[in-house]
Amino acid sequence: MAARRLGAQTGSKIVDRLFVAVLFAAAIVFLAIIAGLAIELTRGSLLSLKTFGFRFLWTSEWNPITNIFGALPLIYGTIISSLIAIVLAGVFGIFAAIFLADFAPRALARPLSFIIELLAAVPSVVFGLWGLFVLAPAMRTVIDPALQKVFGFLPIFSGPSYGVGLLTAGVVLALMIVPTVTAFSRDVIATIPVDQREASMSLGATRWETMMKVVVPAARAGIFGAVILALGRALGETIATTMVIGNRPEIAVSLFAPSYTLASVIANEFTEATTDVYLSSLVELGLLLLIVSIIVNGAARMLMWSVFRGARSAR
Amino acid sequence: MRSYRSRRIAGAAGIFWSFACAFVAAASLLLILGYIVVKGGGALNWQFITQLPRPVGITGGGVANGILGSIITVGIATLIAAPIGVMTGLYLALFARGGFAESVRFLSDVLSGIPSIAIGLFAYSLLVQPFKHFSALSASFAFAVLMLPLLIRTSEEAVRSVPRTILEGALALGMTTFRSTLRIVLPVAWPSIMTGLLLSIARVAGETAPLLFTAFGSQFWELNPTNPMAELALQVFTYAISPYRDWQSQAWGGALLLVMAVFALNILARLLLKSRVSVLR
Repeated sequence: MAARRLGAQTGSKIVDRLFVAVLFAAAIVFLAIIAGLAIELTRGSLLSLKTFGFRFLWTSEWNPITNIFGALPLIYGTIISSLIAIVLAGVFGIFAAIFLADFAPRALARPLSFIIELLAAVPSVVFGLWGLFVLAPAMRTVIDPALQKVFGFLPIFSGPSYGVGLLTAGVVLALMIVPTVTAFSRDVIATIPVDQREASMSLGATRWETMMKVVVPAARAGIFGAVILALGRALGETIATTMVIGNRPEIAVSLFAPSYTLASVIANEFTEATTDVYLSSLVELGLLLLIVSIIVNGAARMLMWSVFRGARSAR
Repeated sequence: MRSYRSRRIAGAAGIFWSFACAFVAAASLLLILGYIVVKGGGALNWQFITQLPRPVGITGGGVANGILGSIITVGIATLIAAPIGVMTGLYLALFARGGFAESVRFLSDVLSGIPSIAIGLFAYSLLVQPFKHFSALSASFAFAVLMLPLLIRTSEEAVRSVPRTILEGALALGMTTFRSTLRIVLPVAWPSIMTGLLLSIARVAGETAPLLFTAFGSQFWELNPTNPMAELALQVFTYAISPYRDWQSQAWGGALLLVMAVFALNILARLLLKSRVSVLR
């Protein structure tokens, strides 16, 4: 704000005005791109929206031959694989963040943080490759049979294992999002003022009690935000999921069963879609992903901002 | 009230558990990396990075056209995204007012979480469908959109980190806003802006999903960005899901190349950030 005043004071006003106008134009281009994204995906989905209406969301036949499309199995596969991922990555990521923020000696905190953050940069096709050739065979021969032996009475661990399926996809996704959960939760925990920790410890609480009863509750909203943010990544993850989920548009109770996600269907079928309504249905899946990710990310950012702001005003 | 002793033990157990979680997370990620290095290392050789792919059944060949294609595609994406991103960041840091700035920031954060496949669909309907053929240019556009949020955010923070007094000093000496931003603020912020640029390049260097229906892939050398182009990440994907052993082993080699490129960019970005600190002091 001060700069605007300053700009007005200086001599060559035209150059300055032009300069600010050019920068403003860049911001407008950016906003136009976002608007274009929403408009183009909506436009592409119109035919499918007209043909199937809201039935699209809760019918479970996905059939390119008869040109009937219902997204329910894909929505199911997307949600379940992401839930598995978020449970695993949530537990490991949050506790890892607690360790890195407050308990790790510096010599350990730095390399561990570095490794975890660097691995957030590994491309998803690399995770997919590892999932397909290393994890999937291990799931089929070792992990799934072991789960079945112990928890076989539960329907979610029943039936044959093919290696690729919901559980494998969930584990790969968990590995992909654990850096997100860890890094953001650690940052949120670090914003809680030292005073609060000191106050708690001066009342006789141990370091662990301070963390669990004072620091974590204060950072709760932000940690929740970090988890939601990671959930958003898992929901929209495409390539790695496509490689390990089995790509079958069916709803099965067993987590060993192959499934399909919104993003994988687009990845696999878009270039092969022959009819207009098929193509439009795939674009509608993209629109669905867009809407869900806007809601999820918007909520996550709000939650994390609330903690950062609170910490700032407390100082 | 539990005894002090039992509370101490519970505390130690809790800390150990949190350590175990951090260790398992880091170790399992390192394990994946180990696989990539070992299996990919076996597939890497001179031929692999200098030759074109060979048809199925003929051993040998490489991914040279994919490496070149990725460099071209990411290069064009950078040319599109860098000016828009850096200028938007500058605008947010120096000139934007409350509500407008907040909403651009918020939208940029939200855009950073939008699945790349949805952005691929956008690029398809904007740049592939009207021209009726796939092109590297459409992939570059999708990449540019993916790069923007990070670029905007890091550029804004870079400019913000420049002490306000420097700018005010320049203005007090009679420099125009334009000149003082260009000659005083930007040079100080430059290393951080470059860091953001490198990180955003790393963000898209291994991106695969949008390529499926934008760059599409090619078997040949291709230098014209308006044509379909081979891309390393896409080759890794196609080779990995192919039933041929030869191709699968090449997929590991390609994956290792991708990881090396992404890590190099990240580490370079961190080094730049360190150098910035020393410049400011």
